[in-house]
Amino acid sequence: MTAALTALRPLLEVKGLRMHFPITEGIVARRLVGEVKAVDGIDFSVRRGETLGLVGESGCGKTTTGRCILRLEKPTAGEILYDGVDIAGLDRKALLALRRRIQVIFQDPYSSLNPRMKVGDIIGEPMHVHAIEPDATKRAARVRELLSVCGLNPNFADRYPHEMSGGQRQRVGIARALALEPEFIVCDEPVSALDVSIQAQVVNLLEDLREQFGLTYLFIAHDLSVVRHLCQRVAVMYLGRIVELADSDELFDNPQHPYTKALLAAVPVPDPSIERSRDFRPVLGEVPSPINPPSGCVFHPRCPIAVDACKRARPETREVRPGHFVACSEVRHPGHH
Amino acid sequence: MQPLLEIRDLHTEFRTGAGIVRAVDGVSYSVDPGETVAIVGESGSGKSVSAMSILRLIPDPPGRITQGEILFTGRDLMGLSEAEMRQIRGGEIGMVFQEPMTSLNPVLTIGRQLTEGLQQHRGMDRIAAQNRAVELLNLVGIADPARRLKQYPHQLSGGMRQRIMIAIALACDPKLIIADEPTTALDVTIQAQILELMKRLTQQLNVALIIITHNLGVVARYANRVNVMYAGRIVESGTANAIYHDPRHPYTIALLRSVPRLDRPRQMRLDPVEGQPPDLTRLDDGCSFRPRCRFAIDICAASQPPLTPSGDGGHMAACFRSDAIAIEGHADKTFDREVHPTDEHAGDEHATETGEAA
Repeated sequence: MTAALTALRPLLEVKGLRMHFPITEGIVARRLVGEVKAVDGIDFSVRRGETLGLVGESGCGKTTTGRCILRLEKPTAGEILYDGVDIAGLDRKALLALRRRIQVIFQDPYSSLNPRMKVGDIIGEPMHVHAIEPDATKRAARVRELLSVCGLNPNFADRYPHEMSGGQRQRVGIARALALEPEFIVCDEPVSALDVSIQAQVVNLLEDLREQFGLTYLFIAHDLSVVRHLCQRVAVMYLGRIVELADSDELFDNPQHPYTKALLAAVPVPDPSIERSRDFRPVLGEVPSPINPPSGCVFHPRCPIAVDACKRARPETREVRPGHFVACSEVRHPGHH
Repeated sequence: MQPLLEIRDLHTEFRTGAGIVRAVDGVSYSVDPGETVAIVGESGSGKSVSAMSILRLIPDPPGRITQGEILFTGRDLMGLSEAEMRQIRGGEIGMVFQEPMTSLNPVLTIGRQLTEGLQQHRGMDRIAAQNRAVELLNLVGIADPARRLKQYPHQLSGGMRQRIMIAIALACDPKLIIADEPTTALDVTIQAQILELMKRLTQQLNVALIIITHNLGVVARYANRVNVMYAGRIVESGTANAIYHDPRHPYTIALLRSVPRLDRPRQMRLDPVEGQPPDLTRLDDGCSFRPRCRFAIDICAASQPPLTPSGDGGHMAACFRSDAIAIEGHADKTFDREVHPTDEHAGDEHATETGEAA
């Protein structure tokens, strides 16, 4: 492959990814009684240097998707091409090398840092594991540098996580993810646990780091406002499937899928004049169980525009406008806003 | 009109190993019958403690209400006996908590938890309470109520559990419901359902609602009046329109600017509130927002600014410079400011401060 083609190729390509978790019964003889279809056939790609948002409500499979990309789960089916190589089938050794390039930032800054380790050891551990910087003095210097890159006082290396606030801990989690100089970071709800004012600080930090180090993010979140602010493109998941994918402004200003529309309408914006003037009706019902998802289009039991055919066939994903993909057979003429 | 609830100069403290935490430090506000009042603030601002203090649900030790009056329908709740308070809680004042899984008893059926209050407060017999429970479940939109009454909390989804909590809060025809982050644990479509339900029922039944939240969008959609809390005090109070369109306190302005907007394309970097919230055991005499405030001047260190009228219609702010700030807040209230060269570096500067402040 020529260099030009490599540059055009997306950094990450996910094709037909499925992750089904078995449900078993019985203590000695385990019988398979069902499956949780956490991720049920999704396709998307992430371009080098962009931030792709993956949004949806609890149980839609967004976190599982992230875990598959990190190979913390072995997918049931599908391909995950990272820089052209399928990582779904990599062995342990190849995985270790891969994880230098793909890192993760977790949601909860309280449970994702070992409370018995000093901050310096937490950030230094990845370098130790991957034998990047065997020299302890140099490693310590690198830890101090990372702390300062993440907006923390380098002396925090000697502290324990409990001595820090939530926002500071999340910065430590980010510093740890950066320690191996990765290209790609899976950010799994990195700001959801933080207070509004602190959330903005961390969002800005993530943006600065992306620019400074040329990072690519998969940004998993349920807060749509943060996603609009931070992501170039957004994929909306519902019950293990991607129902809509488009450029960020296109998706938020011109949503096509009825679920995306319902989701956006449900978010109140901080402006009473806008809120009081709109006629708002929440979508009915709750998300069904992924163990026994509805037939056909999984959204049909809650969908305001569903027809009989939606109960039978899974809708094709179609490109309704350039770069705007919708998995709904009833969306025909995407209107302009 | 006499307010339904009037809180006057409430102080609640917690005695901890690190010192005395003044969680609520002189809070006064009132709630009119049928009105929805929002208390907004971040973790540790005292919004939950101030609401729990109304019902005297502060664990003692370590907590203590040290001062203040809580007038509910003209009676001071601080002067009531414990037995009289029990008649108020769940009777005249209902509560909806954040986490419906931990606030419902896991080993009792839904029916038992719903009828308990009716039997206690209203003296209903079992059959009458049972009938009323079915009626309440219908009211909060739960299908097949007879079956649900026999179920346990773990058999229901989060949204349904929160509907049960609302039914329990409404059971004894309260005049006031206190909802502490009622939808924070729920997904956004379910959050919308629950909030719409609460809005419809409080209007229909003319129940006043105190809603405690950190979500500025929820406040904009549902509240008539808003109290913004910071470090145990109300820093700004007014109608939702006044707070969002004409903020008079630097903290309110900063808070509104720090949230990204779903309804607008990205304009620029976020403008976070710099630094960290203060340590409540080490508050000095000055304004507690001073270290993070870009309007602070010498006088702000000398004494706490009182909550004083600023603007029209009962709009109040606790800031010495609220009139000057009102002009500035108005000028760029809409986030549509142009990117100033300095804005791009604001984050870096404060990021360093974050580290050093701790």
